[in-house]
Amino acid sequence: MIFYSDKYSTRHHFKALSSDFKALLLLTIVFGLTGCGNNESNVSSGNKTGTLYWGNGTEPQSLDPQIATGVPEHHIISALMEGLVLKDRKTLEPRPGVAESWDITKNGTVYTFKLRDSARWSNGDKHIAQDYVWSWWRALQPALGNLYAYMLFPIKNAQQYYEGDITDFSEVGVKAIDDQTLQVTLNYPTPYFLQLLDHYSLFPVHQATIEKFGTADQRGTRWTYEGNLVSNGPFQLVDWKINRRIVVQSNPYYWDANNVSLKEIVFIPIENIVTEERMFRAGQLHVTSSLPADKISTYREANDPELRVAPYLGTYYYRLNVRKPQFQDPRVRRALAMSVDRQRLVDNITRGGQIPAYAMTPPGTMGYYPKSDLKFDPKGARRLLAEAGYPNGEGFPATEILYNTNEGHRKIAVALQEMWKKNLNVDIRLLNQEWKVYLNSESAGEYEISRAGWIGDYVDPNNFLDLFLCGGGNNRTGWCNEEYDRLILDVAPSKSSHKERLEVFQQAETMLLNEMPIIPIYTYTTVQLVDSSVKNFDANIMNAASYKDIYLQVNQE
Amino acid sequence: MYRFAISRLLQAIPVLLMVITVTFFLVHSAPGGPFSADKAVPPEVIKALEEQYNLNQPVWQQYLSYLGDVIQGDFGPSFKYPGRTVNELITAGLPITAELAFYAMLVALGVGITAGVGASMRPNTMQDYLPMTGAMIGICMPSFLLGPLLVLIFGIHLDWLPVSGWGDIPGDKILPSITLGTGYAAYIARLSRGGMLEVLSQDYIRTARAKGLSERLIIVKHALRGGLIPVVAFLGPAFAGLLAGSFVVETIFQIPGLGRFYVQAAFNRDYTLILGMTIFLSTLIILFNLLSDMLAIWLNPKLRQEIRGTN
Repeated sequence: MIFYSDKYSTRHHFKALSSDFKALLLLTIVFGLTGCGNNESNVSSGNKTGTLYWGNGTEPQSLDPQIATGVPEHHIISALMEGLVLKDRKTLEPRPGVAESWDITKNGTVYTFKLRDSARWSNGDKHIAQDYVWSWWRALQPALGNLYAYMLFPIKNAQQYYEGDITDFSEVGVKAIDDQTLQVTLNYPTPYFLQLLDHYSLFPVHQATIEKFGTADQRGTRWTYEGNLVSNGPFQLVDWKINRRIVVQSNPYYWDANNVSLKEIVFIPIENIVTEERMFRAGQLHVTSSLPADKISTYREANDPELRVAPYLGTYYYRLNVRKPQFQDPRVRRALAMSVDRQRLVDNITRGGQIPAYAMTPPGTMGYYPKSDLKFDPKGARRLLAEAGYPNGEGFPATEILYNTNEGHRKIAVALQEMWKKNLNVDIRLLNQEWKVYLNSESAGEYEISRAGWIGDYVDPNNFLDLFLCGGGNNRTGWCNEEYDRLILDVAPSKSSHKERLEVFQQAETMLLNEMPIIPIYTYTTVQLVDSSVKNFDANIMNAASYKDIYLQVNQE
Repeated sequence: MYRFAISRLLQAIPVLLMVITVTFFLVHSAPGGPFSADKAVPPEVIKALEEQYNLNQPVWQQYLSYLGDVIQGDFGPSFKYPGRTVNELITAGLPITAELAFYAMLVALGVGITAGVGASMRPNTMQDYLPMTGAMIGICMPSFLLGPLLVLIFGIHLDWLPVSGWGDIPGDKILPSITLGTGYAAYIARLSRGGMLEVLSQDYIRTARAKGLSERLIIVKHALRGGLIPVVAFLGPAFAGLLAGSFVVETIFQIPGLGRFYVQAAFNRDYTLILGMTIFLSTLIILFNLLSDMLAIWLNPKLRQEIRGTN
């Protein structure tokens, strides 16, 4: 009996302990799961404190402006850093940035920038003209792996230096005359050069910081980490939690700090756009990066003022591999292009307000509206195909549309497949590949038709038309026309007036459309949700936000 | 027991080596490299990058030097995120994924065992059918459906709980934990019901009943220990599965855990990150299996005897 009661009491003791423990565990879990504090949404608290919550797509690869390439990186870097010249938040016209003024010589090749005396780095260091010479030298180091090095190529000898034909950097056309004066010499007049200065690959970087954490051309040092990064823009980096958030706060040393209204921006990487939309609805974001295509019509029908659809400087197109026997005849290529009903495609399939494209360059690029005789003409297309030896599509070789695995691309490919079957009676199959496999096939020329898209780096027809130079890395169609190359490389740069230059581009564009190595499909739009409290965030074709101008204000109703 | 653990750990070495080798050659033979991009990459850049990450060496040489680094616990730099090491990315994501897996496990065990044991007490009655039907639905319901459904109901319509995040807003850990735990809860319910039914038909339970012990005492004191052995055996693989399989839940709820990196790494051909994560997760799976086996031995006197017998 004693043994029994003893055991019983021990068990009892354990039971008491364990129920205490259980209660403790339960409390820990409840607090762990719920935390403490109030339940105010990000948007309403942010509107009070001046904090903007920004849905930013993916985790940025890097915040080094000479390594980064993506749109999410661009957003953050443009809050942290600033070039010599800014863009107007509506029209994208050049506006003074670090440079308060500039002179351009009559022949348009020598630019002299006057830097602000008040320009400072975020650690208080004086920001001088030599910073640009050093930064651009760094941008041109091949070891750094800068994918945007070509943005500097309009500068005299920059390309030669990058490719190793010149080893003395002093021969490159950039000189600091004194602390406040920077002189840049170009190869030839480049009307879009001022725009390039607002591209992050030409942003200045802080030499002392970079050298503190490694050598100048070393990739992936820790200089861009929170606490290390020194920048010259309206905001400075204060927090970077991987896959969670990047927080920037206003930079007191910024030359225009008095006119910066936002105190803080929280960039949240959200890969899943469905989640992003839910977060917006729950008041956790002021701005989303995107909106799922199947939700657009719901927002449209509700006339939701938070929905924003704006034209975007980009073209969705199909490449035709002209090395394949069926595409060697331009008539076949044109027949395919003419039998695509673009209006129906954007109205019923993509449904994001996209604009049917009949030329490669988006309309309105620097005042350029490409003329095109391409239209939806199934009869004409059938005639052309018959002339090329495939009457009623008979004998047309097996052809596949290659696209990277993505529901949106698949829907478009299915629609085109159906249009070509109906209008030309040709059977075309679909082939989807995972992104990197698709890139591999496309650059190796292992495809017949492949889907493609190009988003402009700067607003100029040159950026769209020079894709199709003979053997260009982004051409990938095998198409080559020496006359076309001459127009883009020699004739256009030699024209001094804007009008004459656009005429040359029109000539080249017409040539491209007659030969049709690509099928333009639509001009992109950006579709996003913007909370009504976000002011001064104007839609523009680069979808570039001017964070220094944005302020938050709750509408009085 | 110690000898058992040590021999199992020794067996793990060739298994891990196999995992490393197969993964290494698989990722290196996948089409498309880490630096291919939509925009053409100049040859100068490709050359510089390959030099920097030793990709210009023969693959076997890369393999050997990688193996050397891994033995020293260094998974190397990430290709996609210059400046981040794989160790750093794992360290950043692991606590979050582990916490998520822990809460999901609590949900799974709490709900699963209660439902399973309850069902086994009155087999073939409503008390059995209802939770078991629920469990069947729970097993079939994928988390990519359950998650958004819960968010729609509790996050958007009722507005009780946050729709996303992890530790940012009070209560944001509840929905992800439930979403991730539900499938496992359902599985555990079925396992514990089966285990309990088997134990409850044993002679020693009949003896206990004959002694006049209360049903509650019989279940708690005599039946549970034996009845839950299948659940314990399932815990190891389940916890490893929760860690590795949290990707969907992490994506739905915007949780900065490991899973998102793992999947993105494969898309990005971030060789070192894929390898690092695979090795890390394999190690965890091996360890958790070992732990749950040891727990099962500790709980089951028969197995203990067998081990002694073989030693």
